[in-house]
Amino acid sequence: MLIKKPDDIPSSEITPKSTYLTRRKFITGVAAAGAALAGGFYLRDHLDSATTVHAEGQKFSGIVKSPFSTSETLTSFKDITNYNNYYEFSTDKYEPNGLSKNFRTRPWTVAIDGMIKKPKKLDIDAIMKLAPLEERIYRMRCVEGWSMVIPWVGSPLSALIKAADPLPSAKFVAFQTVLAPDQMPNQKRRDVLDWPYVEGLRMDEAMHPLTIIAVGLYDQVLPNVDGAPLRLVVPWKYGFKGIKAIVKISFTDSMPPTTWNKMAPDEYGFYSNVNPQKDHPRWSQANERRIGEFRKRPTLMFNGYADQVASLYSGMDLQKNY
Amino acid sequence: MKPLPEKYVRALKAPVFLLCLGPAFVLTWKGFHDGLGANPIDVITRTTGRWTLTFLLITLSVTPVRKLSSLTWLIRYRRMLGLFAFFYGSLHLMTYVWLDKFFDVHAMLHDIAKRRFITAGMTAWFLMLPLAITSTKGWIRRMGGKRWQKLHRLIYFSAAAGVIHFIWLVKADLRRPLTYGAVLAGLLAYRVIAWLVARMRARRILAAQQTVRA
Repeated sequence: MLIKKPDDIPSSEITPKSTYLTRRKFITGVAAAGAALAGGFYLRDHLDSATTVHAEGQKFSGIVKSPFSTSETLTSFKDITNYNNYYEFSTDKYEPNGLSKNFRTRPWTVAIDGMIKKPKKLDIDAIMKLAPLEERIYRMRCVEGWSMVIPWVGSPLSALIKAADPLPSAKFVAFQTVLAPDQMPNQKRRDVLDWPYVEGLRMDEAMHPLTIIAVGLYDQVLPNVDGAPLRLVVPWKYGFKGIKAIVKISFTDSMPPTTWNKMAPDEYGFYSNVNPQKDHPRWSQANERRIGEFRKRPTLMFNGYADQVASLYSGMDLQKNY
Repeated sequence: MKPLPEKYVRALKAPVFLLCLGPAFVLTWKGFHDGLGANPIDVITRTTGRWTLTFLLITLSVTPVRKLSSLTWLIRYRRMLGLFAFFYGSLHLMTYVWLDKFFDVHAMLHDIAKRRFITAGMTAWFLMLPLAITSTKGWIRRMGGKRWQKLHRLIYFSAAAGVIHFIWLVKADLRRPLTYGAVLAGLLAYRVIAWLVARMRARRILAAQQTVRA
């Protein structure tokens, strides 16, 4: 494995200057309004609930740049790893970072089964060698209305699918997250989601060159909080389609169930493509707040990847097939 | 237990006031020290919302606690507590109007009409507004105690709308909103029971009086 020791201060730890300046400007505004009212009194001891990261920081080397990457300002490593939905650990976006610290990502095998000539088990280290690791800087749009720009490290899912060699009759790919209630506290509860988390893609979506299996970000091994050791990234879909900590990939000829769709079918569809014209029943999807920015920005059709993926859905009514 | 002497009731008002400002101060302090995380607006929205509901429930606890204990002087702080609910509710509304919608009236009207959790939240705030306005001694005098009391029962509906607002906005995991709901249900149940008991007593007295007359 091509792993080297990290530099003292990874460049990824440093929030871009422009980002923190805009953030400070608005925080000052908000704070000034509050300060006028608040006066000089405080009572809580957890004031500096620090959001620092103690990443293992194992770095990859020889990562290939990709023409699919965006040149937009990156979201800081700190924000990517401290603000994240990972319901297996917590429904609070700030908590999974701490709760996932001791999550075990080795040994790790992924079972590949279903409509396939020969079911197999692939080791994570073997999966990482299936194709050269690339840097893919993608926009990530959460269904909740916020977004980031994340420099993933990974390889196309298509490489894994080709290696798995599914039958021609396979029309969908289903994914499953690990079930480890001893390590994932919310999996002990039955009132959060139906565990284990499952997701799915149509075969052409899965084979699309933009779809990747991520094993890292910011040139280093994927932090546990972001779905280590391997997760799905489908940049034109809402973030929850990017299933984390995958242990099973199955090929099937019928549309597989997906966790959020089972939870609320009228709110989360199988496709869940980013679509500013199709509102979530309870909130608008027209705008989003890019983490680090003050004003909201308009959400783009297919999260700005329409040129590459719109043809996958030609002839489909996207108001019905949301 | 003796009632708290007047001078203590007065002396405690300033510390209680500052304590109630605590959450606003913590938020401000964090804002200045980069302590609000990746999405500060989200934190401000959720924190002010949570404290609005918390202060509504604290305000609603004054009467039951006072009646079930000898802490009768608690009533002296009820107005302040209620006004803090309105204060945090107004900050919460401001984060929506300013930091979420940037004063886009059209978008807000669309939201209120279409998004039921926004409708519920707006209802909760608008129900608090007349209570905040008529919270002064002058207004109690002008309205008369009975009518004033009747108007201020709107707090029950405001708190209920607030809890519904919370339940409707959650994606999954209803533990937090349902906790608020359970406490509110308890506080409202106390009032129903107290009302039934009072009615029964009144009937008995009335019956006794009629017997005497007859």
